[in-house]
Amino acid sequence: MKKTTNILFAGFGGQGILFAGKFVAYKGLLEGKHISWLPSYGPEMRGGTANCSVIVSEDPIGSPIVSKPDVLVAMNLPSLDKYENEVVPGGKIFVDSTLIERKVTRTDVDVYYIPATGLASEKGINTLANMIITGKLLKEVEELSFDNIDAPLGKVVSARHQDLLEVNKTALQLGYDY
Amino acid sequence: MGEKVLMKGNEAIAEAAIRAGCLHYFGYPITPQTEIAAYMAKRMPKVGGVFLQAESEIAAINMVLGVAAAGKRVMTSSSSPGVSLKSEGMSYISGSDVPALVVNVQRGGPGLGGIQPSQSDYFQAVKGGSHGDYKRIVLAPASVQEMASLTTKAFDLADKYSILTMILADGTMGQMMEPVELETTEPVKYEKPWATTGTKMQRKHNIVNSLYLKPEELEKKNFERFAKYKTIEENEVMYEEYLMDDAEICVVSFGITSRVAKNAIVEARAKGIKVGMIRPITLWPFPTEVLNKAADKCKAFISVEMNMGQMIEDVKLAIECKKPVHLCCRVGGMIPSPEEVLAKIEEVNEGGER
Amino acid sequence: MVVFEKPKSLTDAPLHYCPGCTHGIIHRLVAEVIDELGIEGKTIGVAPVGCSVMAYDYFTCDFVQAPHGRAPAVATGVKRADPENHIVFTYQGDGDLAAIGTAETVHAAARRENITVIFVNNAIYGMTGGQMAPTTLPGQVTQTSPYGRDVETVGYPVKVCELLSNVDGAAYLERVAVNSVPNIKKAKAAIKKAFQNQIDGKGFSLVEVVSTCPTNWGMTPEKALKWLEENMLSYYPLGVYKDIYAEEAK
Repeated sequence: MKKTTNILFAGFGGQGILFAGKFVAYKGLLEGKHISWLPSYGPEMRGGTANCSVIVSEDPIGSPIVSKPDVLVAMNLPSLDKYENEVVPGGKIFVDSTLIERKVTRTDVDVYYIPATGLASEKGINTLANMIITGKLLKEVEELSFDNIDAPLGKVVSARHQDLLEVNKTALQLGYDY
Repeated sequence: MGEKVLMKGNEAIAEAAIRAGCLHYFGYPITPQTEIAAYMAKRMPKVGGVFLQAESEIAAINMVLGVAAAGKRVMTSSSSPGVSLKSEGMSYISGSDVPALVVNVQRGGPGLGGIQPSQSDYFQAVKGGSHGDYKRIVLAPASVQEMASLTTKAFDLADKYSILTMILADGTMGQMMEPVELETTEPVKYEKPWATTGTKMQRKHNIVNSLYLKPEELEKKNFERFAKYKTIEENEVMYEEYLMDDAEICVVSFGITSRVAKNAIVEARAKGIKVGMIRPITLWPFPTEVLNKAADKCKAFISVEMNMGQMIEDVKLAIECKKPVHLCCRVGGMIPSPEEVLAKIEEVNEGGER
Repeated sequence: MVVFEKPKSLTDAPLHYCPGCTHGIIHRLVAEVIDELGIEGKTIGVAPVGCSVMAYDYFTCDFVQAPHGRAPAVATGVKRADPENHIVFTYQGDGDLAAIGTAETVHAAARRENITVIFVNNAIYGMTGGQMAPTTLPGQVTQTSPYGRDVETVGYPVKVCELLSNVDGAAYLERVAVNSVPNIKKAKAAIKKAFQNQIDGKGFSLVEVVSTCPTNWGMTPEKALKWLEENMLSYYPLGVYKDIYAEEAK
């Protein structure tokens, strides 16, 4: 296992990119790891592309900027186009195959295609494609795990919306089982 | 200290300020520091404090002057273009010797510039940045934890020396989230016998003022102020040394770029290059002495910063040009990558640039 | 029997104002009001940039000296630092309040900031030697309008009370003058009301005092008073421009 995992979540604003990143970060924090979370910011947030860098590490973290991800979560085509070639050899790419029709061209990375947006709409949880793909991420990235998901969810779901805890768990499970 | 929570750097500043007893905040919206104001707007009413969105940066800094004159802890925050607007007020605050905190979450410039992170206000922050002969304490956090702890420190230093302090952060520091442990001890209270709180008919009137029409008086004021600055230079320098024991090359970097540089240094060490870093935490007072000593051991320095080379001038002054100082920079909102810094380290290690 | 004495709220420092300048009268009125209301110990003045910059030497209360035009913002800070115990007033000239400090003035009014503003309008920049002010009358000759204020090129004077009367937050606005004994009496009543409003928590109160600048107008003090009466009062009519509590009482 690597001591440091550099994850890049990327997609449209509104897809819950920052939220998914925050969940993974909080999970790491509660497991006693060093973590950092850095969002893109500015006008692009409002409907344009959004991304966030998440680092989970056994060691103190240097730069919080993920430019060469070990793990890329691409939730739209522009994100895959932009970051596919930045992933380190041997890294992993998670693709929302409902929204991205093309295949990853790299052959030196592991690729997981999850129709997250489609699954979400099938199950009536339209806004949770992010958490479905995150469920898959927790399963496939060996430095992460599906353990202890309740506490970090409780932290990232705002106090006013604690009723949404269960659907978030459902979404994570959907992705995990896919 | 309490439990570790995940917070944005901007929020960490705001919460730390409130915990430091700052119950007055005045600001004006600007990216990428707006979370500070948003946090204050939410929290201040709940802790009996004042959050006021001013009509301009100019008004905000003058409201700060008013509260500071009245002896209470107070702050404002902004980003580069907004800090320029505050510079008049900052000069008055400095000339009136009242304590206050200004936070600059820097973005690219000049002019309206961009909204992505930058360190191009270094000169403005440490060289005065407004009219008159004065200095302010400038603290440069390099983690969300430091965004909080240096805010606490900034209020203490401000009160201790009756001086304007500044947190010089950047968009990355403001926006990123990291675990942070917040201060839970009661803030230190300082006596402020000079404050304009009303005479209560028990003392002569206090005047908070920066006007001295007699040159002899104004010169005396300046001399006194610079004597105070000297004390600060002697006592308040803060820096971090990283792998400097056997270093032949010394990287100098603050804030976000010091984080990037750390990655590069780890890589360079793996390649057998003896490189370390001195990270100024106080940009004024600048860690002159430690740099000067390093110049006796190291063969070269590399200043890594997000501007066209501003801190590099202070590095050269600090080491009295004993050794070459190289610049590694990106600007305009671009952040140097660890690979770029590593390439510079390798280049310098092989005998210099070009 | 003492029939006339210096208000307690004035220091013994000799005023630096020119002979015949009406700042002395206005300072006295403010000081008398502070004395009569018994608020000296809790009053904090905010001095402007301009002729009255050194007001802090003349009043016995605490004082903060503000950057040019920013007095209402500084006063906002001082007031908000301890709203229960601070009585805060600014003392500003026309350049300070109506040119460089327009935004601070309008927004302090809009917030109904519970402060008192004494606005001295003498239609000229005094301290810097007689330049055109935002309140300089059309055709008026100054150092920077040597051929008379030409409204075609430099625009019209700013009528502060009229302007602020459209600001919902302003609680009390009155324009007075200090050219005659009856007017001086009215001026004092207005200033007293502006302070009393603050004590009662009624919010932003401004008194515009039409006054003279004999030196920069190039007139004797006596002639200046006459010029004020003949030229300024028609452009800047005296009276109450707003008094929300009087309106409510109706």
